[in-house]
Amino acid sequence: MSEPLIEIRGLQKVYRVGKVDVPALRGVDLDVPPGEFLAIVGPSGSGKSTLFHIIGGLTPATGGSVRIGGQDISSLSDAGRTELRKNKVGFVFQKFNLLPNLTAADNIAIARHIAGRGQTVEPAFEEVLKLLGIAQRLNHKPAALSGGEQQRVAIARAIVNHPAILLADEPTGNLDSENSAAVLDVMRDLNRRLRQTILMITHNPEAAAFAHRTVRMRDGRIAR
Amino acid sequence: MTARLVLENLKHKPMRSLLSMFLIAVPVTLILCLVGLSQGMLADSARRARGIGADIMVRPPGTSVLTLSGAPIPEKLVDVIQQQPHVALAIGMIVHPVTSVTFVNGIDLPRFNQMSGGFKYLEGGPFQGPDDLIVDEYYARQHKLHAGEYATDVLNRRWRVTGIAEGGKLAHLSVPMRTLQDLTGNTGKVSQIFVKANRPADIPVVMTELKTLLGPAYNFYTMEEFTSLLTVENVQGGALSTFIDVMVGIGVVIGFAVVLLSMYMAVLQRTREIGILKALGASRWFILKIILAEAVVMGLGGTVVGIGLSFVARWLIESLYPASLTQAITPLWWPIVGGISLAGVLLGALYPGLSAAAQDPIEALAYE
Repeated sequence: MSEPLIEIRGLQKVYRVGKVDVPALRGVDLDVPPGEFLAIVGPSGSGKSTLFHIIGGLTPATGGSVRIGGQDISSLSDAGRTELRKNKVGFVFQKFNLLPNLTAADNIAIARHIAGRGQTVEPAFEEVLKLLGIAQRLNHKPAALSGGEQQRVAIARAIVNHPAILLADEPTGNLDSENSAAVLDVMRDLNRRLRQTILMITHNPEAAAFAHRTVRMRDGRIAR
Repeated sequence: MTARLVLENLKHKPMRSLLSMFLIAVPVTLILCLVGLSQGMLADSARRARGIGADIMVRPPGTSVLTLSGAPIPEKLVDVIQQQPHVALAIGMIVHPVTSVTFVNGIDLPRFNQMSGGFKYLEGGPFQGPDDLIVDEYYARQHKLHAGEYATDVLNRRWRVTGIAEGGKLAHLSVPMRTLQDLTGNTGKVSQIFVKANRPADIPVVMTELKTLLGPAYNFYTMEEFTSLLTVENVQGGALSTFIDVMVGIGVVIGFAVVLLSMYMAVLQRTREIGILKALGASRWFILKIILAEAVVMGLGGTVVGIGLSFVARWLIESLYPASLTQAITPLWWPIVGGISLAGVLLGALYPGLSAAAQDPIEALAYE
């Protein structure tokens, strides 16, 4: 088996709510090899989103370690986590989270701009846009796109900088079954064709079935 | 890309953007109008003084370039000055205020015509009697007067308008000197004396002669010197200059407050978008840059609108009060008000920008 792309050991996260400490993660251990499509399932409050936020550099860990490609990200500064988000991870959210004032093309271009890669997508990425089925919809603003189209634009934006990891948080949570299947098909295609490592949070067993492997979380830990 | 994001953000809420620009434009217009009025009225005074055709102006003790009250100079001094060897012509004139910005001149019309070349009449002609009045085209337009009509709002007296003259000489109103002297209790006295030398080269000699003749208490100005002293800095011992500085300060404060509120609202409305940008890897500086760039665009837009409104203000003033106020257009002040606006908007955008840059991405993404 290859070296894990993501190596998590004893990961802890405690949120301070008023004067009360609320543990969200209580010692998570997880290895994800490169190119894996991993589904993470579990009830609300089990710590799935917190795990994502730490892997994605949106918040620091309280304890333990997270190594991505050998780099320990648990001790990164705010600026270090910004660099991580810029270069190593791409996010897909349940609510699509496209910038409403920009066209689909500009939503993708701004991710490249922020990463300092210019605005024009690489010729090879045109194929990915065709695979996503949005090549003809790029000049539309999000309000003119269906939910499924918006989510596919969000996927394009998330992978345009070739991140090591695509983090998808309930990517089908706001979609009907037809669009859900289309988005999951696209993600599976990306995983197969580009060997894109994908971590997907979902409540939906049918969605989880698209992944190579499913891990279950409960009470801030990986359930065995 | 940043520019497109900024422009799209501004276009997304057009009313907010336009209203902010308009509010930024208000102090810009105020400053430009104030400076324009100051410079315009002083330039108008200088033009009118030059229109008299004199080389030297003699003013009584206790006066300055911009202050002249009463008529303390004995009229016989005019004849004494006239006798000086290098003097071609000397005329006395009495000046009396009608309103705070409008004056009436009492003139000896034949001698004034000799010095200035005479009025150019657009309607009517010179005085024919003691109660006659010549008004310039601006006063006539503002007060809707025509030759042959009567004016009753000058010194509580009924005057017959004998002529409407082209502007640019003396005050807006001229009456016979003797009438104004008697009317104001200054019989035999004048407010100032204008002197024309035989040749321009004689002006320094005449100045010396006059100083010797009248003594140091009187004020003597060559016309060139007099007009050069008509500056904003000289008005009321620099009070106008200070007033303009205060208005500039108010402009900065208004620009600051408008943009602070506008950008604070924008940051609140765009909390989720800021979270998205942060999730994409945008740095604090990137977020701050977008907020500041939006403010700069609004500041520049507000400056342009404000400059445009200053032209509208001038048109209104020229239409409504042509004889009372003269507003100059002051292009040299455009970059200054632009700088003032930018200073105000950058200060105003700084706090919202910094708070946006410091937002927690998870909280921002969860914002509804």
